[in-house]
Amino acid sequence: MSATAEATILITHAVGLHARPSVKFTKLAKTFAADVEIALAANGPWFDAKSIVKVMAAKAPKGTVLHIRASGDGAKDAVEALVDLVRRDFDEGADHARTA
Amino acid sequence: MPAPLRLQGICASAGYAEGPLFDLDRPSAVYASQASAAEEKVALAAAIGKAVSRLTAMVDAADGDAADILEFHIAMLEDAALSAPAFASIGSGLPADLAWRQALDAEIAGYEASDQDYFRARAADLRDIRDQVLRALTDDGGSAVAAGAILYGDDIAPTRFLETDWSAGGGIALKAGSAASHVAMLARARGVPMVVGLGEPAKTAEGFVLLDAEHGTIALAPSPTEIEAFRLSSSSFAARQGKAQAFLAKPAATRAGTAVRVQVNIAYPSDVDGIDVSTCDGVGLMRTEFLFGKTLPDEETQYHAYRKVLEWAGEKPVTIRTVDAGGDKPVPGFTVAETNPFLGLRGIRLSLARLDIFRIQIRALLRAAIHGNLKVMFPMIATPDEYERAAALFAEEQAALAARGVAHKMPPLGIMVEVPSVAIAPEAFDGVAFFSIGSNDLTQYVMAAARDNAAVAHLNSVRHPAVLRLIGSVAAFGQENGVPVSLCGDAGGDPASIPALIEAGLRDLSVAPAQLAMAKAAIAEVPV
Repeated sequence: MSATAEATILITHAVGLHARPSVKFTKLAKTFAADVEIALAANGPWFDAKSIVKVMAAKAPKGTVLHIRASGDGAKDAVEALVDLVRRDFDEGADHARTA
Repeated sequence: MPAPLRLQGICASAGYAEGPLFDLDRPSAVYASQASAAEEKVALAAAIGKAVSRLTAMVDAADGDAADILEFHIAMLEDAALSAPAFASIGSGLPADLAWRQALDAEIAGYEASDQDYFRARAADLRDIRDQVLRALTDDGGSAVAAGAILYGDDIAPTRFLETDWSAGGGIALKAGSAASHVAMLARARGVPMVVGLGEPAKTAEGFVLLDAEHGTIALAPSPTEIEAFRLSSSSFAARQGKAQAFLAKPAATRAGTAVRVQVNIAYPSDVDGIDVSTCDGVGLMRTEFLFGKTLPDEETQYHAYRKVLEWAGEKPVTIRTVDAGGDKPVPGFTVAETNPFLGLRGIRLSLARLDIFRIQIRALLRAAIHGNLKVMFPMIATPDEYERAAALFAEEQAALAARGVAHKMPPLGIMVEVPSVAIAPEAFDGVAFFSIGSNDLTQYVMAAARDNAAVAHLNSVRHPAVLRLIGSVAAFGQENGVPVSLCGDAGGDPASIPALIEAGLRDLSVAPAQLAMAKAAIAEVPV
């Protein structure tokens, strides 16, 4: 039986899961073998977290509680790593807001 | 001689440019279709690959925001989910160009339908991605644009901006477009003049044009007199700007060394992204009407918008004005139709008439207040009773939040001085934390000249002695009674009006971000 993992995390980035964070998010998701999906609500719809087209299409604004789930090899690590990326505000923080 | 034609739009990046118009929306080269579906698929895959390698080459030369935008485009193009519908359509008989266009147009429509400005603005990125592949399919690697041309069309793609050589001048004039787009951000960063929202011209726009992106206009088929006047304005702008940049990083002071606080006016939370917080003394006016666009915003949307600006400003003050709808700013489902809207139910009058909507904004402000140095002001106050009712609502909502254990803070509450009754008798407003003079409305009410009516525009001068006398007496009242007084109208950023405002006793101005440097430079010239 393959591993599964699931978590939720609040998006605090100024404009939500937008272009630049989505690039980082999907790049990180693709480093895991597990299938990873995101949703804006517990009951879906679920989007492939490795596809930037799908992640952008989710249009998650700031303040969204993002649901992340994974199944397969390294599912737990994948969810943890992605939650951590969102929690770190995609490593942008206030610095970026000032230079953008 | 044909009548001169001038289109009015919105300034997205200040500056002047003259040159030939280049039509961005001209039809592109024709795609030669392949013999079989299999070959069509190969052609499309090759074109996507070609577009990706062109972008990759551009990333190396780009920096910061430009590189981020290009990397986003590359990531989208490399995602099979983007091209899958196009390959499926080729399988059912469509040629590669049509299949790609239909697939991307469907994706674009999804972005355009978003209720969030940010995601709607990404439709331009998707169109860019679409056209890059279409150009690669037809092997049209971007058509020659004359040096110094004014790029003109519905909208412009970020990569088109980055491909263009701006060293010889040139500018951007868009019929639609947005001052919040990626391109507008890039144009401001690189100092490329840009005007958006010009609308559809009555006749075909072509030939030599004058782009005045300081005032947001474009003149088609200009006369020699117009060209001469334009060049004067242009060189004066360049001289002012060159001199002004030296002042941007320093706190503003007059020639005599009197310190003047210079804050910024913003309309959208994202406006602060382009401002270095160290160059201003805070936000003197954050409008909130933008939130009230198609739909009335909920508490969370407002809370996040306010919090973003407060966090950006750090310890510096952010003065947020409660919604000033009505007048020339109607909001569907909120404002009412009136024969004389400037004298009607607008500003605080409307908020006090629609408490359900006002209370939501009050709660969002109280909650956001813990994230910075918030001040709140009410627009269109005419009587002390209006201020007291608004302040009482803040106290009620504060008590309710406290009872629910929600984190919040009561900000200082001030009022706009724009109705003459306040300017004439400021002493009636006991307990107000601060005054902020809205010079645009104060002037139109004192002069009885609507600000949206060009026929009476000559009457609308803040430098009329009657207006200046009122400003001076409010400033003096504030100084005598220890009530801070600032000014946040257009006059604050107008170099021609700044000396009169300082002489009237004001020491706190709030200006459009693009005017920050010029305003500081103008202040330095004032002898007081």
